[in-house]
Amino acid sequence: MFLRLLAVQGAWNYETLMGNGIAFAVEPALRLLPGGRNGEAYRAAMARQNGYFNANPYLAGIAVGALANAELSGEATDRIERFHTACCGPLGSVGDRLVWVGWLPACSLLALAAFGFGLGPAGVVLLFLGLFNLGTMALRAWGLRVGYRDGLRVASALGAPLLRKGPAQVARASALLAGIAIPLAVRGVIGPARGALEVVFAAAAVGAVVLARFHGRVEGWRLAVVGLVLFILIAVVR
Amino acid sequence: MIPLALGLIPLALLGALLGLDVVSFPQAMISRPIVAATLAGALVGRPGHGLIAGAVLELFALETLPFGASRYPEWGSASVVGGALYAVQPLGSRGALTVAVCAALVTASIGGWTMVWHRRLIAHWAAGMRGALTSGSCDAVTALQLRGLTSDAARGGLLTWTALMVLVPLDRGILGQWSFTGAQSRAAVVICAGAVAGGAIWKIVHNTKGAPWFLVGGLAVGSLLLLVT
Repeated sequence: MFLRLLAVQGAWNYETLMGNGIAFAVEPALRLLPGGRNGEAYRAAMARQNGYFNANPYLAGIAVGALANAELSGEATDRIERFHTACCGPLGSVGDRLVWVGWLPACSLLALAAFGFGLGPAGVVLLFLGLFNLGTMALRAWGLRVGYRDGLRVASALGAPLLRKGPAQVARASALLAGIAIPLAVRGVIGPARGALEVVFAAAAVGAVVLARFHGRVEGWRLAVVGLVLFILIAVVR
Repeated sequence: MIPLALGLIPLALLGALLGLDVVSFPQAMISRPIVAATLAGALVGRPGHGLIAGAVLELFALETLPFGASRYPEWGSASVVGGALYAVQPLGSRGALTVAVCAALVTASIGGWTMVWHRRLIAHWAAGMRGALTSGSCDAVTALQLRGLTSDAARGGLLTWTALMVLVPLDRGILGQWSFTGAQSRAAVVICAGAVAGGAIWKIVHNTKGAPWFLVGGLAVGSLLLLVT
């Protein structure tokens, strides 16, 4: 089940979102139902599990574990279906704040800082991948274990200190890291030609303030594409 | 001499693998620019160049968070394109980083659209298998999963190959006419990347109590490190 969780978004689509992946991940547990793979209980459970479902992929293990427990312990169908619907929101928002807004930028900034300090390609790549996957693999394993242990009562796990306070702590660490990493990374890219470093920092800072001011209304990377295309055109035609 | 179309196959395979990692499998973030561009650089013999392109793209990528159903840039295949384009240019090529990063950003945007089309395609397949899926067929669930994974890898590979087929000759043509100095060219791309990363970090942390002060503290430490290292 743990290995299948790694492909939980393998058939992500706009109809059932992650639903097919949930059925795929929970399927090995359902073979233990009376009648095995050819039994009526197995087919009914598979049909329940491949409907609409969405969550953060790194916390989907909580749902997979809980649903496996519920099916194997013979919980009422309507309770399983209610849980299936109810846990989408919390598992999505908590997981997104913890991983996408917290852990991923923190690991990314640490790798950028390492690059700025002059760490080589292998070191930077291993640092980023090692750190990110240490955190997310542990989160996936914890989710699956807690979900399977607690079954449909797993909601209390979402109140765990890691999930409640973790995002804010990681955001503070990311803020600190960003202040260190971004200037170092900029210097790392500029390389030996450092005459204009002060100008670059000043221009980048002004740009950052403008983008922060207009956040939600403009996407900086799209503006950057326009700016860089213009720069390239001028470089070619002048 | 190997024709370009064949020579790009190893990079296309890398693009397939990293495109797959973005959403489908295993989301280990080998598709993040700082990893993907470095791997592409290593594949063409210059991992250090790949890392530089990857660091710039990573600064841009801080702004785009891959939330479920939203459309976001596909950095895996795009970073292979950017890392490879930068790494194949001769040392001292003045506009190479600027053009490579711009090419990667455009590829990432197109990659985002290909992911949307891919998700619609899977929904279409799922609709065709609805009878089997609603009757609880394990074979149907597994088949849909495998189709999704295989087609996503094909999407990433095809996107990488097509982008490089178009961009390698275009890159050569542009750099042949390049008029800015190397320092000016790098400054332009780094200003954009730094501004986007700074704005993105503010967006992430400004709602967290105390976090802006951590950012200020970090900037103080960062400035000090710039002076002493």
